[in-house]
Amino acid sequence: MFQFIPMQAEISLAAIMVILLLADLIMKEPHNKTLQTIACGLLVVQIILNIQPSAGEYFGGMYNCTPVASVVKTILTAGTLLVFMQAGEWISSPDTRHKAGEFYVITISTLLGMYFMVSAGSFILFYVGLELASIPMACLIAFDKWKHHSAEAGAKFILNSMFSSGLMLFGLSLVYGTCGTTYFADMAHTLTGTPLQILAMVFFFAGLGFKLSLVPFHMWTPDTYQGAPTAVAGYLSVISKGAAAFTLMSILTKVFAPMSDRWELMLSIVIVLTITLANIFAILQDNMKRFMAYSSISQAGYIMLAVMAGNTQGTTSLIYYITVYIVANLAVFGVIGAIERHTLGDNYANADKVEGVQPENALSRSEETVKSEYAVSRSAYAGLYRTNPRLTFVMTLAMFSLAGIPPFAGFFSKFFVFASAFNAGHWLVVFLALVNTVISLYYYLLVVKAMYITPNDNPLPTFRSPWLTRASLAICLAGIILLGLLSSVYGGIEAVAGL
Amino acid sequence: MNILSLFVIVPLIMLLGLWLSKGINQVRAVMVAGSTVLLGLSVWLTVAYIGLRNGGATEEMLFTASTPWYEPLNICYSVGVDGISVVMLLLSSIIVFTGTFASWRLQPMTKEYFLWFTLLSTGVFGFFISTDLFTMFMFYEVALIPMYLLIGVWGSGKKEYAAMKLTLMLMGGSAFLLIGILGIYYGAGAETMNILEIVNHKIPTEFQRLFFPLIFIGFGVLGALFPFHTWSPDGHASAPTAVSMLHAGVLMKLGGYGCFRIAMYLMPTGAAIWGDFFLVLTTISVVYGAFSAVVQTDLKYINAYSSVSHCGLVLFALLMMTKVSATGAILQMLSHGLMTALFFALIGMIYGRTHTRDIRQLRGLMKIMPFLAVGYVIAGLANLGLPGLSGFIAEMTVFVGSFQNPDNFHRVCTVIATMSIVITAVYILRVVGKILYGTCENPEHLKLTDATWDERFTVICLIAAVAGLGLAPFWVSDVISHSVEPIISAIIK
Repeated sequence: MFQFIPMQAEISLAAIMVILLLADLIMKEPHNKTLQTIACGLLVVQIILNIQPSAGEYFGGMYNCTPVASVVKTILTAGTLLVFMQAGEWISSPDTRHKAGEFYVITISTLLGMYFMVSAGSFILFYVGLELASIPMACLIAFDKWKHHSAEAGAKFILNSMFSSGLMLFGLSLVYGTCGTTYFADMAHTLTGTPLQILAMVFFFAGLGFKLSLVPFHMWTPDTYQGAPTAVAGYLSVISKGAAAFTLMSILTKVFAPMSDRWELMLSIVIVLTITLANIFAILQDNMKRFMAYSSISQAGYIMLAVMAGNTQGTTSLIYYITVYIVANLAVFGVIGAIERHTLGDNYANADKVEGVQPENALSRSEETVKSEYAVSRSAYAGLYRTNPRLTFVMTLAMFSLAGIPPFAGFFSKFFVFASAFNAGHWLVVFLALVNTVISLYYYLLVVKAMYITPNDNPLPTFRSPWLTRASLAICLAGIILLGLLSSVYGGIEAVAGL
Repeated sequence: MNILSLFVIVPLIMLLGLWLSKGINQVRAVMVAGSTVLLGLSVWLTVAYIGLRNGGATEEMLFTASTPWYEPLNICYSVGVDGISVVMLLLSSIIVFTGTFASWRLQPMTKEYFLWFTLLSTGVFGFFISTDLFTMFMFYEVALIPMYLLIGVWGSGKKEYAAMKLTLMLMGGSAFLLIGILGIYYGAGAETMNILEIVNHKIPTEFQRLFFPLIFIGFGVLGALFPFHTWSPDGHASAPTAVSMLHAGVLMKLGGYGCFRIAMYLMPTGAAIWGDFFLVLTTISVVYGAFSAVVQTDLKYINAYSSVSHCGLVLFALLMMTKVSATGAILQMLSHGLMTALFFALIGMIYGRTHTRDIRQLRGLMKIMPFLAVGYVIAGLANLGLPGLSGFIAEMTVFVGSFQNPDNFHRVCTVIATMSIVITAVYILRVVGKILYGTCENPEHLKLTDATWDERFTVICLIAAVAGLGLAPFWVSDVISHSVEPIISAIIK
């Protein structure tokens, strides 16, 4: 496999983090725009350097990167790039622009954690990666700390995250106790499915279930998404979910394979619950970010369907699903972020003039809460088609893709996870998941309805986002349309997954 | 390149053209040019098809082509047509062509309207040319989703409710379909998605028992199978004219076509097991739809229920499983498509003038708008099966064919279903008498004018098609019955 140095992806990403940290120190403020360009450029370099799937085993098997894991890393990096492209406008607001550097550095450090997670060959490295991905995430969620919600969300996230890590660590200690090793490779033939090991597996599953926000471990998700800055919520919903889903699948199918009967039953119950409950709750939401939180919970359920298969077909459809989900969901979050910015508009435009000082016409706290609530509510989208047809178009297609309507990519990704789970014999689960797609279509259509049909006398005026945001939305749109129609994407992933 | 692919490529080019066009005239130009090309293509295809058959071509499907798409799952983009799909393509292109003229003066957002309209027709054409289950299903869903916006944005009355109900019910049907398709695919041994190849595999009986009803209901929802027909009256009543035409005229035929081509053809054992159950449901559709139409007061509701009844007759005839009845079913699809389109076009034109569809408020339209009124009478007569028009040919073939089934249960069902002919006459004549004749007392209505040139053109095209089918039915029924034969013999084998 093509590689300059061992662990190239991790090392180059760490280097990017250091470069950004230094750039943040050296450059004169305000440098948020330049920094964004540098961060995006460096991530493009990172993607190009690691586009070729690579493999390697180091530290006696502790780090074990398979070709398919390296593809996942590239996909996650590309998703992060999209998030960075969309974050520019939000990070330029007076409250956050002085800490723009931190945003990029911390995000990349969580990404590095995910790199380690997906290429771990031992539970120790896996756990380290997981923590590296979770703890800085709390800082990101609380990034808008002047906003009450954001701080609250950060606290909720860190508490839940620690609790789930604790659960998982307990499970892992039981595994170690019964097997005497933490290496995946050695574990395969010592795990036999004794009651203690089953208990361990359940604890481990619960821990990752928190990260993936599967029901019944999903309670933190809506509050966190609502409070987190929109770009961070987008990152949380696709990148960290994608990494966790892939890791869960590889550990369940590689390490806990002897207990597959047990976890398949458990997983099928969890999937049905996840999809159904999340769909029912999503219907009731008016706040777009809470809505997307429930939508992402239900999408996690669909991703888990691919785990049920546990073979090459399952791996392929899982990675394909994640890819499609990244573009569609980030398109939605990009639009939500843009609309939020421009609904809040004036307040920020004025504040731009005076550095670090609150503008005279700043809103009082309660007014501000009301306004920022409105900016992400579905009512803000009413009649949007008349003023911002292009943005509406992106949003509509993204919603159709999330709902699984052809010819958009979401249809193909859903079909492939259904096919893989069906092939593994889980007909009933597939059937229930399919029935749920109809419910999900209902709430996705509610957004479309608001934009096209609901009358509104003063819709949000026409606006133009920065070019990086527009470029990211264009990439997402291209992904939504082309990822499904071009079969080479699926074929390419399949070829790597089969290695 | 395969000639059939043009049926998808032309609408795609139209979409591009519409997207680039500015102003209503350019939009109209693109639509007229595109739909004329499609109509020409389908006429050419019909002629070429008959030519090939007369020249001795014996393959089940002609013009076949296949390109691998998702190779790991053996999904191909494969196309091919037999007599059934040829006439369906002809029907669709006629409806799209006339639908363009029926929405000539549509406001507002004309461009967006035609964009979704064309996307819908892409789905319809793609569905009829596909022979690959996955591709077929994809096109099927492409045809469904534009409906939501077409009704929701440009509709009238309870449009939001109707649009959501229609979309969710049809998508619910397609959820059943998808699991059924997976069942067929893995049941047949997962080697191919091509219908023509799956037929040669024996799908295990337990698979057929489980997945036949799923597929049949999945398509049956679109074919207005009782009790899954309730989207149809609301949807049709709220939809704008051309969308009602396309929906009742073509989309509902997707249901019957799918039931026949996928459910019954690929799973004959399943059809034998479940046939009687679904026969009862379709008989209810036929009679219940007709009875419901009698008591409606809204012109569009009357026609929507009439469609339930007539589309029920399609599924009914298919389940009779004789060659003649299946031929009748396809003829009925064709005939119903044309005359319902005509009906909805006329109702749309009348509604556009009077702003009411309530038959209690309309009287004496024959004097005020003679052209539209005469068109309405012709559509009504076709609907109740007057010889010389298409309805007669279709229903005659259906009932004669159905009675050929020697089973007593089937014959009883046939006798019950024949009742619908009488009831159809009741609701058609009631409407014609009420709204067209008598004296108009509403001074507002007296000022109204007759049809404009685009409306006349729409109506004349459709009447010509209806009368053409009624006067010269044999070439069509020959085309159809030749293709029905292999499917029916696979079922009764």
